[in-house]
Amino acid sequence: MSMGMVYALLGAVLAATLAGVGSAYGVKIAGQAAAGVVSEDPDQFAKVLLLQLLPGTQGIYGLLVAFITLSQIGVLGGNAVTDTHVGLMYLAACLPIAIVGLLSAIYQGKTSVSSIALVAKKPDQFGKAMLFPAMVETYAILALLISILSVTNIG
Amino acid sequence: MAIVEMQKLSVAADKKNRKALLETLQSMSIMQIENDHLTDPDLQKMDTRSSIAAFERNADELDQALKLLKTYGVSSGGGLFSEPDLVTRQQFDDIITNQQIFMRSAARILDAQKKIDEANGIIQKDTGRLTALSPWMGLDIPLDWKGTKTTSAFIGTMAQTLTADQVYALATNGLDDPCPADVNVIGVENNLTYVCVLCHNKIKDIVEANLRSGGFSRPAQMESGLPSAAKEKLEKDIADKKAQIESLKKEILSQAESKEQFKIASDYYRTRAEKYRTLGTIPQSENVFFLEGWVPKEKADDVAKLLTDRFGAVVDKEEVREDEMEPTLLRNNWFSRNVEGVLESYGLPQPKRADPTFIMSFFYVIFFGMMLSDAGYGIVMAIACAIILYKKKRLNDGMKKMLRLFFWCGLSTTFWGFMYGSFFGDAIDVIAKTFFGYTGPLILKPLWFAPMANPMKLLVWCMLFGLIHLFFGLGIKGYECLKSKDIVGFISDVLAWYLFVGGLTLLLIPTSIFGSIAGQQFYFPAAVTKAAKIMTWIGVVIILFMGGRDKKNWAIRIALGAYDLYGISGWLSDVLSYSRLLALGLATGVIASVINMMASMFGGGPVGAVLFAIIFILGHTLNIGINALGAYVHTNRLQYVEFFGKFYDAGGRPFKPFKQAFKYVTFKEEKQS
Repeated sequence: MSMGMVYALLGAVLAATLAGVGSAYGVKIAGQAAAGVVSEDPDQFAKVLLLQLLPGTQGIYGLLVAFITLSQIGVLGGNAVTDTHVGLMYLAACLPIAIVGLLSAIYQGKTSVSSIALVAKKPDQFGKAMLFPAMVETYAILALLISILSVTNIG
Repeated sequence: MAIVEMQKLSVAADKKNRKALLETLQSMSIMQIENDHLTDPDLQKMDTRSSIAAFERNADELDQALKLLKTYGVSSGGGLFSEPDLVTRQQFDDIITNQQIFMRSAARILDAQKKIDEANGIIQKDTGRLTALSPWMGLDIPLDWKGTKTTSAFIGTMAQTLTADQVYALATNGLDDPCPADVNVIGVENNLTYVCVLCHNKIKDIVEANLRSGGFSRPAQMESGLPSAAKEKLEKDIADKKAQIESLKKEILSQAESKEQFKIASDYYRTRAEKYRTLGTIPQSENVFFLEGWVPKEKADDVAKLLTDRFGAVVDKEEVREDEMEPTLLRNNWFSRNVEGVLESYGLPQPKRADPTFIMSFFYVIFFGMMLSDAGYGIVMAIACAIILYKKKRLNDGMKKMLRLFFWCGLSTTFWGFMYGSFFGDAIDVIAKTFFGYTGPLILKPLWFAPMANPMKLLVWCMLFGLIHLFFGLGIKGYECLKSKDIVGFISDVLAWYLFVGGLTLLLIPTSIFGSIAGQQFYFPAAVTKAAKIMTWIGVVIILFMGGRDKKNWAIRIALGAYDLYGISGWLSDVLSYSRLLALGLATGVIASVINMMASMFGGGPVGAVLFAIIFILGHTLNIGINALGAYVHTNRLQYVEFFGKFYDAGGRPFKPFKQAFKYVTFKEEKQS
């Protein structure tokens, strides 16, 4: 087995790990804020839960890219990578969602915290509150897109 | 696309009919009463504040009583899909007649709770005292004992860990040996030494000073009597309070059968408070009262006739004054109506403007389906919504609309799922392979194509859908321009952009870059390319010269126009934003496949089948939840940011008719009138 396989696997692992860490952090801080709101006003549970979950998607995007990569490099299907260059290409292709996933999930978590505070004060403004964290997610989606397109077109 | 036209009515009627007239209006829930413009200084307004406060307090007490019953385990509905109870007019009136009984019953509950809180406070305090007392249990004299006639006792703590000898040495420092003093260490705990020092009165000052310098202090909370006796007393007190709490809880629960009546009475008081709030805004002379309010225009005549016939009121139709704005009430067909909630949470349109609900409803359902894009999930969602809608017929309007919307979104999801060939991911093929040894070609073939097989192609389609969506948005802006006869605005702000963006798109399609992305090279006849070029240039020229048309200075005007041209980058980012249709669609499908793969890892056979079922159900439940949330959020975003960004600026105020403020119940029969 060449180093190519190591690089490719490293890419998949980074995508799942970094994006997952970011999401865990984002969901954590939003969850703390949400718990605070529910302690005062249990009726807002459903709304703040939705807001808490928003930064959780990056982890899923990372998982997605990791899975597509694994299914192409011979771990879950496809052919083993024998060329170091190809392995590095997989690694590079995984980086957008790994890095943007990590950072955008953290920032989205912070935005969610603010939106949860907004809902606590004005529960009827939920539609708008939901929008602010969703704006942050755009960049995770763009990164996901580039990662997917790159990974699927390498093989 | 419809905003209901409003008509302002002014009403003047005999004061003796005031109550009946207001109650009729309230039960009809048809008029938004606004008396801001009735400011004749000769007219008096009733001060109803104290009545409102009294009614609200009653409603609040009943609500609290209901909440307490719920805390102590008496279920009273509630929850996300709770529906109001049905009551007959007769039941309602009976309860109103006996309202004092129920108020007393609620008061008993609240009173009992107050006593429970007090008892809990005492228990807490006693527990604290017990903890403070526990190190003293070895002491067989009262804690507050000061000594005999000739001796003095020092009972307290030293702020360090010491032995009896060390304390003795410390206490008798500077005194001759043997010294008439005795030291007992009761215990050592948390770096504190609990001591009892007994000495003769003649040396007590020196001993006390010595002890103090060694960190001696008497207990902060002095219990009288022997520590063991004090402990017994406190424990008995705690047990008593606990028993008292139990009996108080029983007393609260004994009122449980009144909870239905509490609900009705609470709604009654809330409604009366609402009535008095309106009453407080009504100006009146000695015999006549006046009010103004908005009603939907098509009902204006009926309302006027009813008020005239039944109450002898004088009703006039008023013109809209310059400084006032009609409230907005939307009316749409049975399908589009369901996205009104989505529009409302962004902000209602202003009166006389376009209502985007109709166009939005179709894109909303289509985009949601593309993002969730799994036939299995769509069917689950549609069935779940249908069941709730069927079982709970009295849900409030907003909730019903939401459920209906998700029912349609579920159907759309099913459609797109089959288009993409996804039914719980690749569940059908995985099951066939794992349990039936099937090895043939794909069983569930996509009707269109599988996104994973050709993501670039789907990306191009998503952007095309996006462009169509945006063009519809621009179209609504054009419609508003034409409606207000702003032809110049229509040409320079709408038509020019159609030409510019449309021309550029037509120029882009035959290029080789686009061909490689879409996986297919397009060739247009030369005439089309030429026409596209001309379109683009016309658009550019119009925007350049007309973008800043409200400026007189031509240099500034052209500069502003050039800046407007830069808006094309906004179009680019808007269109790119629709790539989320692809990304979220892929996310659902791929994760569903991962779940199926994990589920099938244990192979066929009975054990494999059981594990498959467990992993399958858990995994897909999680996936449907998280992806439905994603689809919901991002569909909203596409509507709010990209679509509304092209034309919509909310700013309307919702129509809030004067009505019964019912929270728990609803009347069984049709509304009177």
